Amino acid sequence: MTDFTAEVQGVTKRYGETEAVRGVDLTLAPGECVAMVGHNGAGKSSLIKLMLGLTTPSEGRIRVLGGDPASAACSPIRRRIGFLPENVAFHPNMTGRETLDFYARLKGAPRGGNDALFERVGLEPAAIRRRVGTYSKGMRQRLALAQALLGGPRLLFLDEPTTGLDPALRQSFYAIVAELRDQGTTVLLCSHALTELEGQADRVVVMNRGRKVADGSLATLRSLARLPVRIRLTMPAADIDDLVRRVGEGAAPTRLAGGVVELACANDDKVGLVRRIACDGPAVHDIEIVQPSLDEMYAHFLRREAAE
Amino acid sequence: MNTLLIIAGKELREATRNRWVVATTLLMGALALTLSFLGSAPTGTVGVGPVEVTIVSLSSLTIFLLPLIALLLSFDAVVGEIDRGTMTLLLSYPVARWQLLLGKFLGHAAVIALATVVGYGAAGLTMAMGDTPIGPESWRAFAAMIGSSVMLGAAFTALGYLASTLVRDRGTAAGIAVAVWLCFVLLYDMALLGLLVAGSGIGVEALNWLLLANPADAYRLFNLTGFKGVSSFAGTAGLAAHVQLPAPMLLAVMAAWVAAPLALAAALFSRKQI
Repeated sequence: MTDFTAEVQGVTKRYGETEAVRGVDLTLAPGECVAMVGHNGAGKSSLIKLMLGLTTPSEGRIRVLGGDPASAACSPIRRRIGFLPENVAFHPNMTGRETLDFYARLKGAPRGGNDALFERVGLEPAAIRRRVGTYSKGMRQRLALAQALLGGPRLLFLDEPTTGLDPALRQSFYAIVAELRDQGTTVLLCSHALTELEGQADRVVVMNRGRKVADGSLATLRSLARLPVRIRLTMPAADIDDLVRRVGEGAAPTRLAGGVVELACANDDKVGLVRRIACDGPAVHDIEIVQPSLDEMYAHFLRREAAE
Repeated sequence: MNTLLIIAGKELREATRNRWVVATTLLMGALALTLSFLGSAPTGTVGVGPVEVTIVSLSSLTIFLLPLIALLLSFDAVVGEIDRGTMTLLLSYPVARWQLLLGKFLGHAAVIALATVVGYGAAGLTMAMGDTPIGPESWRAFAAMIGSSVMLGAAFTALGYLASTLVRDRGTAAGIAVAVWLCFVLLYDMALLGLLVAGSGIGVEALNWLLLANPADAYRLFNLTGFKGVSSFAGTAGLAAHVQLPAPMLLAVMAAWVAAPLALAAALFSRKQI
């Protein structure tokens, strides 16, 4: 099967005694944006290094773009891969333009496209002429993204791409990622800023201590996690007891600040509960439905993992 | 081939930027000029020209200085890039590890070559403009000294690369580099001398081999015994008669001291888990 951009089968990576990656299976399809989440040291970066061929697996098999990324003949594969490492560093004495030229030459990408790349990631012409040593974190990250996009990659690894970026920059960052994904590029995003991944990722992979503990779309993970949905109602405090008596079982009320009461219920009961509140509940000023966030689901999967 | 040049070019450009090239060239030039002026002073009836005097004093100083510069330039080459995080990105590019190592080495060797040729060449130029006529034999000796100095620098650059790939920590790599310099440049000759003085009865044959086991000694022998005019002044004419090591062999030894550490470093580097 060559339909997958990357295939990881039963891969384990040991560094001496410690196991950084343990028996991970993972497939990445074209045009898919996959978010990999996990604590520091959960094995995210180790897995990326394995897929880049920087390290070789202790057990298992990896195929990237139809070949072994660590083999001697991997150059054609690597030309089609973009990588933005965590804590990216450049040679401080080279200018932005020289840096990108250097990487473009190494990758065999035409240097004529560099100006367009600079513009795409939002680096000003004045900044390009300056030495990288004078760059701010945000500018360095833009340059890092520019080098990752060299040569139009089919597979893009972004390791903690948005740490240290301001919100506006994050948005333009994800706009670029979405654009690439729509063009058929596979994007693997690593982050622990979970909230910003919502809406960006087609699929979420949760890693913990080297193991893959969950893999699926946000909706799949939600139903797997069976976390309660919370319904927040703004209403007069006097009516709360009345409400609980009427909408009844399965909904545990909690009083929040500002005259808000929160009811937690299972996802399947959500619609029924809302109907009961609307039809025969007391007068409600406002109603808000809060889905479990990625943060909560992540915490849930880790708890489940710890319990096993 | 192209990849090697790209990496070497970047390394050279960077060394130019952070003033390594300028600093070493100025240092070598100042050293060579000072010694050549001293050498131009009347040398009495010994019957040697200013070039020979300069070669003897300059090569003796080169032995101490050039390995130090080469090691300082190279000990950080691999371990430093891993430390700063630039290595991970570089290795994700379509570049073989040996290409990366060799390319960087070529860049650093070019820095040494540039500094040596320009610095020592300036001294040669001032001597050529002096009043004393200088024969072609002297010029050959001077050119040979510049060439072998570049090789000496390359050999110690290669040793620095080996130190840099061997360890995971910059401090340790720096320590190894200093130790390499101390051992090969200072302690080795002292130990050899001690061995001779103690009269342990090692033969000429064994001494020859021991001298070859050190690139600095090979360099010294090549410059001080290789040319007749030089050896008569250096007081090594007697030694030259005894040491049966022809110049091509000494050069081959120095070349081996470039290739062997570099090959070992490349082998270690390709197995390294970054």
